[in-house]
Amino acid sequence: MISPPRFFKASMTITEQILQYVLSGLVMGSSYALIALGFTIIYNGTNIINFAQGEFVVIGSLLMVTMTEVYELPMPLAFIIAVAGTALVAFALQRLAIHPLRNSNAMTLIIVTIGASIVLRGISMFIWGKDAYAMRHFSGEEPIEIFGATILPQSFWVFGITIAAVVLLQLFYRKTLMGKAMLATAVNKTAARLMGINVENVLLISFVVSGALGATAGIIIAPLNLAKYDAGVMLGLKGFCACILGGLGSSGGAIIGGILLGIIEALGAGLISSSYRDAIAFVILLLVLFVRPQGLAPLKEMMMGQEKQ
Amino acid sequence: MLKVKSVRAGYGAIRALKGVSFHVNEGEIVTLIGANGAGKSTLLNTISGLVRSTAGEILLRDKPIHKMTPAQIVRQGISQSPEGRQVFASLSVRDNLILGAYPRMRSSTRAEIAQDLEHVEQLFPILKERDRQSAGTLSGGEQQMLAIGRSLMAKPRILLLDEPTMGLAPIITAEILKTVRRLRDEEGVTIVLIEQNARAALSIADRGYVLETGRVSLEGKVEELLENSEVKRAYLGKGYKEVWE
Ligand SMILES: Nc1ncnc2c1ncn2[C@@H]1O[C@H](COP(=O)(O)OP(=O)(O)OP(=O)(O)O)[C@@H](O)[C@H]1O
Ligand SMILES: [Mg+2]
Repeated sequence: MISPPRFFKASMTITEQILQYVLSGLVMGSSYALIALGFTIIYNGTNIINFAQGEFVVIGSLLMVTMTEVYELPMPLAFIIAVAGTALVAFALQRLAIHPLRNSNAMTLIIVTIGASIVLRGISMFIWGKDAYAMRHFSGEEPIEIFGATILPQSFWVFGITIAAVVLLQLFYRKTLMGKAMLATAVNKTAARLMGINVENVLLISFVVSGALGATAGIIIAPLNLAKYDAGVMLGLKGFCACILGGLGSSGGAIIGGILLGIIEALGAGLISSSYRDAIAFVILLLVLFVRPQGLAPLKEMMMGQEKQ
Repeated sequence: MLKVKSVRAGYGAIRALKGVSFHVNEGEIVTLIGANGAGKSTLLNTISGLVRSTAGEILLRDKPIHKMTPAQIVRQGISQSPEGRQVFASLSVRDNLILGAYPRMRSSTRAEIAQDLEHVEQLFPILKERDRQSAGTLSGGEQQMLAIGRSLMAKPRILLLDEPTMGLAPIITAEILKTVRRLRDEEGVTIVLIEQNARAALSIADRGYVLETGRVSLEGKVEELLENSEVKRAYLGKGYKEVWE
């Protein structure tokens, strides 16, 4: 299964080891954060959990592999094509499967997304087969040493692109009219309709943006993990855990939840046993659901004294 | 200007409007009064296109609008400040107002929209003071002003106000109703006003309709309604004394 890079020198102190785990946790966490943001955007627009989110991640990474390894396109171009291609898949999913059933209840639509994820996985297997593909790193593969831990140049790409994606998304929401209309629709659909906002378009754009984010998450970690048609199940569930951990519906929560999950997972796998890696996410999921179903996000509001509404 | 002809509408099996007819002349303030569940909000939402009519027609200057989408209707110049304010709580006051101008983003220039923003902020100065604050943190009265201001940003010729004084202190209620009157008197906006407080509504309106379980049961000039014993008994809270004496 997927495992982030670990480069151990024979003699690491415990602090160095922990730093190493935190660094690899940050890398996976960045990707979880982007996946979780994708869940959040669709959830806010439609109140459904899109269980095909993990498929967007996989399709993004497989398209990237094909563009770089088969067509030998330059990285930036391949990146754009892989993101756009996945966004197109998300577009088609919304139009063909979600839109026609828009008057059904959320549970029906969630089941539709589960069905869609199975179909998409089947199509991926048909196109790419059952092999796991390795991908070139964006730039060098020579590990860099910091404070006794090592980090791959690819990790910096992961951090940089994640930050860029989050900043772009914020700019889109805060500065453009379309972005504001999307936020407004998430907050209050009836009022958004009264403002003349075409809610159906907003929902479509939510899927497209979410597809693009998922693809980005897949592409940036593809060089560190292998890209495989069925990796989406686990990645999607991890992203979902991150959402619940951060507080479903909060984009800040999604990012924090993703990063936290990545770090806890890496620490748990490193300090306890790596065979528990995937179990950790689910233990966290269950714990949060039992103890604090609203996640971490409301904490921030409580601290900032913005409890109204 | 606006004519509603035998309109029926409902929610699934619930029939909320059972053939409602009413009209509004240009420059009038018309009030709709009626008990809870009479269908007042449903009527406004049918005009706005949120609820589909199943029979009858709605004409704006003789042009049918009941088949249009909410977006098209608001572009025709009918905007609504809905029941319960419905501001975009997590967005700033300024963004709420900007979104009010969404329907005319293509047809108006930035300068025109900026000018209208200034105008609305003049009408409700508190909105200017609070422009960066998120709308959910405003007081009830301030949120109501924001909701009205937001609906004005669409530059409506007809403004639909659904219970704009719900749950507000008497002094704020008076201020809001004064502003409503001013909008009509100074800017010629035609107004349809739903009010629980029938006395207040009748004091600023020209004509009124009484709705009872999905039908218009009474209509007339406010002077007539104020004198009507049925209205007095049911909506103005007078008359019990006379009965018991
Ligand atoms: N979304 C809805 N789904 C189902 N029934 C509804 C819905 N909205 C309103 N109704 C029903 O339609 C009828 C008319 O409701 P409406 O909200 O129009 O009344 P109203 O006159 O505005 O009442 P109020 O003074 O309490 O606001 C009521 O019986 C109500 O229960
Ligand atoms: Mg009502």
